[in-house]
Amino acid sequence: MATAKGKGSAAATKRAARKVRILVGKPGLDGHDRGAKIIARALRDAGVEVIYTGLHQTPEMIVNTAAQEDVDGIGLSILSGAHNYLFPKVMELLREKKMGDVVLFGGGIIPDDDIPKLLKKGVDRVFTPGTRIQEIVEYVNARIQPRK
Amino acid sequence: MYDRKRLADLAERRKKWKDERLAPLLAKSPERRKRFSTVSDEEILALYTPDTLSNLEYDEDLGFPGEYPYTRGVQSSMYRGRLWTMRQFAGYGSAEDTNARFKFLLSQGQTGLSTAFHFPTLMGYDSDSPRAKGEVGMCGVAVDSLRDMEILFDGIPLDKVTTSMTINGPAAMVFAMYLAVAERQGVPFRKLGGTIQNDILKEYIAQHSWIFPPEPSMRIITDILAYCSDKVPKWNTISISGYHIREAGSTAVQELAFTIADGIAYVQAGIGAGIPVDRFAPRLSFFFNAHMDFFEEIAKYRAARRMWARIMRERFQAKDENSWKLRFHTQTAGCTLTAQQPMNNVVRVAIQALAGVLGGTQSLHTNSMDETLALPTEQSAMVALRTQQVLAEESGVANTVDPLGGSFFVEQMTNEMEEKAMEYIRRIDEMGGMVAAIKRGYPQREIADAAYHYQRLVDAGEKRVVGVNAYQVDEEQSIPLLRIDDGVERRQVARTRDVRRKRNARKAQACINALRDASLAPDVNLMPLLVDAAREYVTLGEMCDALRETMGVYTDPAMF
Repeated sequence: MATAKGKGSAAATKRAARKVRILVGKPGLDGHDRGAKIIARALRDAGVEVIYTGLHQTPEMIVNTAAQEDVDGIGLSILSGAHNYLFPKVMELLREKKMGDVVLFGGGIIPDDDIPKLLKKGVDRVFTPGTRIQEIVEYVNARIQPRK
Repeated sequence: MYDRKRLADLAERRKKWKDERLAPLLAKSPERRKRFSTVSDEEILALYTPDTLSNLEYDEDLGFPGEYPYTRGVQSSMYRGRLWTMRQFAGYGSAEDTNARFKFLLSQGQTGLSTAFHFPTLMGYDSDSPRAKGEVGMCGVAVDSLRDMEILFDGIPLDKVTTSMTINGPAAMVFAMYLAVAERQGVPFRKLGGTIQNDILKEYIAQHSWIFPPEPSMRIITDILAYCSDKVPKWNTISISGYHIREAGSTAVQELAFTIADGIAYVQAGIGAGIPVDRFAPRLSFFFNAHMDFFEEIAKYRAARRMWARIMRERFQAKDENSWKLRFHTQTAGCTLTAQQPMNNVVRVAIQALAGVLGGTQSLHTNSMDETLALPTEQSAMVALRTQQVLAEESGVANTVDPLGGSFFVEQMTNEMEEKAMEYIRRIDEMGGMVAAIKRGYPQREIADAAYHYQRLVDAGEKRVVGVNAYQVDEEQSIPLLRIDDGVERRQVARTRDVRRKRNARKAQACINALRDASLAPDVNLMPLLVDAAREYVTLGEMCDALRETMGVYTDPAMF
């Protein structure tokens, strides 16, 4: 795992003053991390505190990291076709940990037909191939604030 | 290649043309942009002439086809003798589903097979592992044991069709299963032709389907080299791959440089394991990307052949001509396909495929238009295959060898490609070779930087992508997509559990124990033990678990 600003107990810092913290996650077994890394860099360049999980994470690993790092949002990159399992599973685990207010978004190779189902299960936004980086940065800035 | 005095005259006249002819025109109507560059952002000049071509000597730098340094091609008759192998990468769902797709492709004139395994197989997990949940059959075919391999190649004669398998971390295990299938079909190992990708270094660099750390992985690879040189002499033991490096966002030069540097590392490892270079080097093959920038790609393939020939002959003192020849497979660039207006992808693929052919590829996969959305449907896979057939049968490009050889532009680009790639290779040598460079994160970081730079250019509109940042339309997804049936996972898990129940448990366990023990003895070749295990229906996950215990696992350093 790598953090932009180093690991540590974020919970101890003053929440109101702190930067937005985003976990960029790569669940599943596929190795396509080009998009995830570009998003991680772009968010970091835009002043967001970014934690990147690295590849091959299970939903449990992602939610545990999200809890430890006290993040405000989770962006998942999925290109393996397993999005219909992985997004809802992460959402379910977040709710179990009383972290249902963490904003879950993501992108990858996701057919249009699947998007409404994912949104209904609690995913906040799904970005599809060809999205401009700036659009994702603007979304994060507008939608995600430090959790109370 | 040209007379010096005449070149100097020409340079003078070019300058005159530029000042007197071009400059007044540009003063009135300037060029479309300030700087023209390739998709890799290498600058391109307005015009190439003999005097802009740095020191090209025909015999030393080009030669004849089938002769050193093979710049013009590795075979002397090239496609006039035999067309490239049309080899479409296929695999989804169950072994039955993929077997049917293989037979369909062969019936449509495809001439070789190429197998896509699902991610659990690529990572060395069985379908009933918790790590496989949601992924079974999604991105390739599920193979857990010899039972699946028997079904996958049912009715396909392995002595007549060559098979390529994209498998790396568990390449030795899947290859062992393939050998066991051949044995059941009564095909001697000596007659088997095909390829395992088996290129673990580019997994750490780009594709990321790894299991073990670099050193034990390299030991498994040298075991395969030694085993094949003795028992399966027609098999391509490593397909040294730039494809995934490029897909991860590298430039063309980086793709070329890192791939050749990986090749150097394998040759060093083979020699280090005591195998004479000419025993294994002729069976090394390569795999490159065909990206969107047409001439840059052609120059890349031509430079690759010349570099490999020189490295093998001069650096490694190989004596067998076959050790000098860089034979390669090409796949069109998946990352250039767009979800927007997906029919346009057919055109992109055709241009990329043409670059592969003009670059002298030995085999080719053309992507399907729908691959940015899902795995290809039968219809879209057929259009992709037909694209190759149109190139081969109708376009006339296969009528002569290396038709772009001698183009001032292409030759200069080929020279520059070689120079820049050799500069990277020198840097990697200074770090202590590719394994050391990977541990420092060097190629990984170079690629991530290039990917980010390119994305910035696209977002700024400096690089245009039709349908994405130019000529957009409002559209709904309009093409039919392949869906993987939810029952695949359930049925596959049931089959693998059934295999474990029905096999000879004592023999299977003995194979697993023997494998684990052998992994602790560096002088024992693991291949025969893996073939024994495959015969006894030991599953892929079990073989890999046995070696995970002794070899450890590799985890992503997660740099960004």
